[in-house]
Amino acid sequence: MYLLRRGWAELKNEVFVLPSRTLVLAWVVALLALPAVYGDAYVLRILTMTCVFAIFAASWDLLAGYTGQVNFGHALFFGAGAYASALLSLRLGLSPWATIWAGAAVATLVGVFVGYLCLRLRGSYLSLATLAFPLIALGLLFAFPGFSGGELGISGLRRLALTPTANYYIAAVSMLAIVFALRKLADSRFGIVLHAIRDDEVAARASGINTPRYKLAVFAVSAAAAGFAGALLAHYIRIAGPSSLEVALSFQVVIWGIFGGGATIYGPVAAVFLLYPLTEWLGSFRAVGELRLLAFAVIVLLVLLFMPRGLAPWVRDRIETQCPRCKQRNGAWKRLCRLCGAPLQAEVARAQRLVGHQ
Amino acid sequence: MLQDILVTGLVNGGVYALLAIGFSLIFGVARIVNIAHTAFYMLAAYCFYALLVKANLGFVLSAVIAVGAVTLVSVVCYRLVIEPVREHEAAVLIATIALALIFQELMLLTFGGHYLGIPSTLEGMVRILGVSIPYQRLLILVVAAAALTLVWFVLYRTRLGLAIRATANDLEVANLMGMNVNRVAMATVAISVALAAVAGVVVAPVFVVDPFMWLAPLVTMLAIVVLGGLGSLKGSLIGALIIGYVEAITVFALPAGAYLKGAVALLIMVAVLLARPEGLFGVAFEEER
Repeated sequence: MYLLRRGWAELKNEVFVLPSRTLVLAWVVALLALPAVYGDAYVLRILTMTCVFAIFAASWDLLAGYTGQVNFGHALFFGAGAYASALLSLRLGLSPWATIWAGAAVATLVGVFVGYLCLRLRGSYLSLATLAFPLIALGLLFAFPGFSGGELGISGLRRLALTPTANYYIAAVSMLAIVFALRKLADSRFGIVLHAIRDDEVAARASGINTPRYKLAVFAVSAAAAGFAGALLAHYIRIAGPSSLEVALSFQVVIWGIFGGGATIYGPVAAVFLLYPLTEWLGSFRAVGELRLLAFAVIVLLVLLFMPRGLAPWVRDRIETQCPRCKQRNGAWKRLCRLCGAPLQAEVARAQRLVGHQ
Repeated sequence: MLQDILVTGLVNGGVYALLAIGFSLIFGVARIVNIAHTAFYMLAAYCFYALLVKANLGFVLSAVIAVGAVTLVSVVCYRLVIEPVREHEAAVLIATIALALIFQELMLLTFGGHYLGIPSTLEGMVRILGVSIPYQRLLILVVAAAALTLVWFVLYRTRLGLAIRATANDLEVANLMGMNVNRVAMATVAISVALAAVAGVVVAPVFVVDPFMWLAPLVTMLAIVVLGGLGSLKGSLIGALIIGYVEAITVFALPAGAYLKGAVALLIMVAVLLARPEGLFGVAFEEER
């Protein structure tokens, strides 16, 4: 009983005071409760894919949004995870539960390797150089079809679980765990250092931060998450094909990341949860099925014209304000800061208008 | 085989140079990483196909109209889509990706996904050094050389070129000196897309035209530009020739070379970047704050 009351108090004081936290809670509850309420296999399939891509987009955001290493070849890590897991599982007959972790480990190694090569590059050079890596890998795959399955990929993998609901829960729970872990990491001291590296690498180095080590670490973490997503998808759709390395996938994750809003983690995840089911839903109509990608691009373009900083920051600015004194966030309806009692931005602006200050 | 390599490398290098120099120009002046650059090249090829095969307009007229129309489209796109989000680099980036996807899908809808062939502008071939070169490939080379000379003339011998180079050098100072930076950026977009369109038109009869033809040259072009140094025109030209020859050598000399040609070209780019992070002819800029 005490724990229950304590839990309710925590919930009321920490979650319900902010609309964004309430939204996140509602999203988590909806995600976990969905199969019980609406167990349509098609919907579950779409949402499973959405969860996998959400991990992928969140991992890109840690690398590009926080650290400023705008990676145009993020599909490399996804594909490395998928292929490593598929090869291990098929050639050595290991259980998918083990090979998914092995896939993530291989992706981590690949991430450290790419990160090491890219340490000296910055800005656009880094973006364009990273674009090359998945294509080099793709060329090698096609050149040795006996080992990699060539254009057809490696098919006939073992499933993780047999029922759609079980598969959905595997994807959803691992997505929630990874996304919250990434968010926690990005909010910690480590994340602050990443912000510093993005904003001014020279100043960060001058402040005694070992920037190469941090960049390598972030490449490793991001690649591990992306590789995990890739391996998960490979075992879900039971094939690891060259499409997991294509430029299209790399661009797709860039679109998700920027559309959702960089350096937030939850932004790209929200973008995936909006855009991926939307494109699938559009594709289900016969009339617009062919227009799917076109509609996707037009929507992205239009939304960007109105919210160039991305979707999530735009929404957050509408429903919350920042306290000018203590920098804590408040619901948009509040007049005084909930923590320090200072009048909020809107209030200050109104007072200034009345007095006639400039 | 040596002669084959020499000729193919030169012709491909010419086409790549047209694409890479245009991309470099836009990047230098407006700091736009224009992913849609090769989509305009694809658009020009389709436009040329429609005018030539469907409307029977004749080679020269269709080529001129195609280049003009695509340039116009690019300027409109720039005004409508890129300029409103110019301050947000990330937004510009995905705006160009979205544009490329839109063009691809539009072409897929109008012309279908199959390969379209265009009859050669010039039939017959000439023998040089024992290699027979179709006139069409020779035409590519001549047009590329002419277009590049024209761009060189515009950039280094006209007031507009001076403004473009000044803006590329320092946007804020150029603005303070009274240049209309937005106008200059628009002119640069027009010039660079015109180059891509020319490339699309001359290449169309040699390659086949399909809605996904923009992806492969996009990657090669990016490799060239990074190899030569972002924003450096000389670097783009030399990088284009290097990559053109490397691809030709891989295709002719290695088994399974056709699969590996992209990989080898990109490996060379990565190797150059590791030795010189700012590319062959790039200038290591002071960190902008």
